[in-house]
Amino acid sequence: MARQKKFPIKPFVFLACLGPALWLVYGTLNGLLGANPIETILRDLGDWALRFLLLGLAISPARRVFGWAWGMRYRRMIGLFAFFYAFLHLSIYVGVDHFFDWNTIWKDIVKRPYITIGMGALLTLIPLAVTSPKIMVRKLGGARWKKLHKLVYPIAIAAVVHFFLLVKADVREPLIYAVILGILLAERAYRALPQAMLRGSGSSSSG
Amino acid sequence: MLIRNSIASDPKSFEITSKSTYLNRRSFLQGGAALAGAALFPWSVSAAMPKKFKNLIKSPFSTDEPVNKYDEVTGYNNFYEFGTGKTDPMDNSATFESRPWSVTVDGLCDKPGQLDIEDLLSKFQQEERIYRLRCVEAWSMVVPWVGVQLSSILEKFEPNSKAKYVEFTTLVDKKRFPGQNYPIVPWPYTEGLRMDEAMHPLTLMATGVFGEELPPQNGAPLRLVVPWKYGFKSIKSIVRIRFTDQQPTSTWMQQAPNEYGFYANVNPAVDHPRWSQAKERRIGQFFRQPTLPFNGYADEVASLYKGMDLKANF
Ligand code: HEM
Repeated sequence: MARQKKFPIKPFVFLACLGPALWLVYGTLNGLLGANPIETILRDLGDWALRFLLLGLAISPARRVFGWAWGMRYRRMIGLFAFFYAFLHLSIYVGVDHFFDWNTIWKDIVKRPYITIGMGALLTLIPLAVTSPKIMVRKLGGARWKKLHKLVYPIAIAAVVHFFLLVKADVREPLIYAVILGILLAERAYRALPQAMLRGSGSSSSG
Repeated sequence: MLIRNSIASDPKSFEITSKSTYLNRRSFLQGGAALAGAALFPWSVSAAMPKKFKNLIKSPFSTDEPVNKYDEVTGYNNFYEFGTGKTDPMDNSATFESRPWSVTVDGLCDKPGQLDIEDLLSKFQQEERIYRLRCVEAWSMVVPWVGVQLSSILEKFEPNSKAKYVEFTTLVDKKRFPGQNYPIVPWPYTEGLRMDEAMHPLTLMATGVFGEELPPQNGAPLRLVVPWKYGFKSIKSIVRIRFTDQQPTSTWMQQAPNEYGFYANVNPAVDHPRWSQAKERRIGQFFRQPTLPFNGYADEVASLYKGMDLKANF
């Protein structure tokens, strides 16, 4: 690790990540969120949860493909922001959009596939958020920790499916996220390929 | 009774309070828009200054619930021809020209012909009707429409006894409707009503809102308003009306037949497959409120559907 920590960048990255939430607070207080502010807030939070998920997933490919290793320093924070926004998204849904109408909320969760899937994604994020501190990595052991955090792939897929299922007709926006996620997952699949193929050709030549 | 039909002489709450407010706000906005419009598009000054209606009569069908703000009604709605976002209609319609405009009326009728917007505006008595509007997406507004009872228009074309349904079609014009550049839904947008629904006194052909001619984002120059049905039935910028003996297949029925039916009556007991219809958020309110059967117009229209399974005919 290079010791060039002269200027503290991290707090600024942190503030930048907090930006969308601060904007929503500011926008709410000043009536800038349109005719249906609750919908705007709910959707913006969902958008940012998904964006931070994808951003977190882009960091290791960025290192491998472009050699940008500096991103690794912010990966935990970005992952936690994904959880932060997803959790606020759920909180607004429960506490504002439906104002703790548990009957409706429960029916939504069990009856509406997009809510079921969103809920699944959020619940699955919890163990990842809980095990993000360094202590937990040590406690779990690197291998188990890594295995657990592979859950972020199904979570991201679920988040994109959630978005697909909730639009009425215009799938262009979820499609953009699906393509980005597809690229991020394809890079990993591609990386896994040569070894498997090597193994495949090795066994056939020996057999 | 949940529905309150105030009589024409009742002072409505909105007349006392918000009307002057919205008119003031409107004239201010209008002044600004006209200035900006005159500077940018000198030829479109007329489009930037919607005409005010004179001699409007008040309708006994009006609700006395508080009317939504002008900015809400004209700044938050669905009109996919201008884009799928809620503010796209307002943002992308500034240069929309709605003149000249005429509607072809044909099909199973004895006097097919053209309905010119100028004739509709000058030869028919315009009335103000304040209706609740319930969107299928579970939000709602109260809108002071101006228009003409649809039946009085349709009668002129003398639909014959074979006519069982009416089909309505929206203009197709990719230049004026940028949203039509993408096949989001099959264009043109079409909708349909059963003949008795079309002839029902509540069914309005709207030509205006807030005492002025319709702005483009709300469906200029003429649009349907069927207050007991979900908003998407109230088709905008109509260019064709056709009497038919076949039940029309509307755009949303083609798009997602399991989610949108022909009737689309507001019904809190029948959920949209992806969300509940039991409650709605009145735009401007924090809490959701219960949705009423037929959007609160059950006394007037429930009899149209006597004996029908409203779950099957959603
Ligand atoms: C990892 C978890 C989640 C992610 C990444 C996520 C992401 C999103 C995204 C991207 C949108 C679309 C925003 C837009 O239209 O611009 C959205 C909308 C929405 N999500 Fe989530 N979501 C998650 C979990 C949940 C959960 C747990 C619930 C509720 C139990 C939920 C309920 C909703 C609702 C109600 C909408 C808005 C639908 C509408 O306004 O039409 N989401 N979410």
